[in-house]
Amino acid sequence: MNGELLQVKDLRVYYHTEAGPVKAVDGVSLSLGRGARLGLVGESGCGKSTLAMTLLRLIKSPGRIESGQVLLEGLDLVQLPEDKMRQVRLGQISLIPQGAMNSLNPVMRVKDQIMDGMKDHSEKMSQAELETRVYEALDSVELERGVANMYPHELSGGMKQRVCVAIAISLRPKIIVADEPTSALDVVIQRQVMETIERLQSALGISMILIGHDMGLMAQSVERLAVMYAGRLVEVGRVEDIFSEPLHPYTLLLISTLPVLEAKGTFKGIPGITPSLLNAPANCLFHPRCPQAKDICAQEVPALIEARPARWVACHLDEVQR
Amino acid sequence: MTALMELRNVTKVYTGGLFRRRTTVALEDIFLSIGGERPTITAIAGESGSGKTTMGMLLLRFLTPTKGEILYKGQDLAKMSREEWLTFRREVQAIFQDPFEVYNPFYKVDHVLSVPIAKFHLAKGKAAERALMEKALLDVGLRPEETLGRYPHQLSGGQRQRITVARALLLQPRLIIADEPVSMVDASLRATILESLRNLNRDLGISILYITHDLATAYHICEDIVVLYQGSVTEAGDVDAVIKNPKHPYTQLLVRSIAWPDPKRKWGKVEVARSKEKKWPGVEWDEATRSCKFADRCPFTTDICLQKLPPLFQTESQRAVACYLYKDAPILEGNEIGKVLGQKG
Repeated sequence: MNGELLQVKDLRVYYHTEAGPVKAVDGVSLSLGRGARLGLVGESGCGKSTLAMTLLRLIKSPGRIESGQVLLEGLDLVQLPEDKMRQVRLGQISLIPQGAMNSLNPVMRVKDQIMDGMKDHSEKMSQAELETRVYEALDSVELERGVANMYPHELSGGMKQRVCVAIAISLRPKIIVADEPTSALDVVIQRQVMETIERLQSALGISMILIGHDMGLMAQSVERLAVMYAGRLVEVGRVEDIFSEPLHPYTLLLISTLPVLEAKGTFKGIPGITPSLLNAPANCLFHPRCPQAKDICAQEVPALIEARPARWVACHLDEVQR
Repeated sequence: MTALMELRNVTKVYTGGLFRRRTTVALEDIFLSIGGERPTITAIAGESGSGKTTMGMLLLRFLTPTKGEILYKGQDLAKMSREEWLTFRREVQAIFQDPFEVYNPFYKVDHVLSVPIAKFHLAKGKAAERALMEKALLDVGLRPEETLGRYPHQLSGGQRQRITVARALLLQPRLIIADEPVSMVDASLRATILESLRNLNRDLGISILYITHDLATAYHICEDIVVLYQGSVTEAGDVDAVIKNPKHPYTQLLVRSIAWPDPKRKWGKVEVARSKEKKWPGVEWDEATRSCKFADRCPFTTDICLQKLPPLFQTESQRAVACYLYKDAPILEGNEIGKVLGQKG
């Protein structure tokens, strides 16, 4: 996997609390190709947002990157000095954080907010050059140029979200990490924003990591899917393969909770609750909820192995281990 | 057949603005009937600004309508006596969106359940109270020994939301108004909560009004659906028909924008023009503009759409559509909306 744009190797991020370490990301390995679209799906508290923040090295105390590597074209971001890391953020990898549209500065014009990021994270540019870039960015997210001189309160939710996308692509990054980019939007607007992101992503050759809990959005937007549970990846593969034949029992249950058009009224929840990541034991963390759990599941962490071509699964079941 | 609850020609206008009086019509001339001889599950669907939450608030009498009447068992909410009001408050219960904000962090979760028991004198003595609480918790699939005696922060969002369902259940209501009950809950628990709502309807005969923006879940648990757009009904009727074969251009846009969790079922083709993305959802109150509210986004707009608001046309026995594309169908007067709702048996 040498041609990969981004490689995450055995990454561990713990939050050090008084009660002990919370293992939010516990040994995650991932890779992302050029122009690829990867989905990262999981329930709240599974560590998916922590993973997103780690890719940009935005983890703050009490959180700490314990070990592992984040390789961007071979460059290890975990070891990079802070001033170099600033150039990587927005310039190479940009983040659309959760609830981004509410993070716009209410007393700053849209134009200035887009410029702000560009000034901070790139080589020096002239004012004229900055303005050209602002208009290009607005054009590419299908906003009128007049929006540049508006304040956030003059915009609707969908427009604000587009402004956030414009900021994210203003420096033509190689990767966009989008953490629930549409969770606060109505279905119609959600679709329009996602289609804008996808169009830009393929036009500019940007890779995307889409993070969220909405399996519907994943099915519509990504090529590969990584399912995360309690700080670890349990299944990674092509989205069609995962939906047609989920191999990990968690993925299987997760998919069976979803409403589909064909079978009205037949959906069931997953019994039990998500485990606390505080002092997480070294076993399969899903085994207390798993209908197919065996003795070994309570004793050993299953490794993420290639169970089928291009499918990685972490489970002790025989079908996976064959 | 008298409906359990009815809206008759209800309009709700919000006025605001400090120097410039701004008025927003949240709901306009709405007729609706819920429940009746048979318990029903009805979905009220729409985007933000469609007026769906306002409708829930009106039905609970948290708001009073600007115009029109709201009836419970044929009795106007505004003219109820004290006893009737108490009965209403027991028989109509609410479940809200956010399972985190309804709890006081200083009280154990038992408090949420014991208050209604005390207020409505449902139990004599501690043992009877405990038995009632346990039964309600079991009904929503929670184990009482793992739930009672705990503080809210010790429970997950899904558990908390199920306790609010249990609280609603305690009072043996006739109607539960659930405003986006699962939008803040994880996917794996979403199904569990919806399942318990559906079971309440089936096993205990409680009618449910499910207010949502999520058409996929509405399709699964409801029988009927009423789609709102900017305070007016665009389409109403049997949920299977509406979701599988939407007729109003707005419903078509909504249904084709559902992100079905199936990589083989991609977002459908949309002919509808892009939204102008209004700054303020809802329309300005102006008697002169009586055009169809969807006309500025609709690809099929003709002259008549701009001249007057379309009435409901009854296209099938269990469906009405407010669109001139179906003007050959008979007009369904507002107070006849019950004809297309709750007919499945």
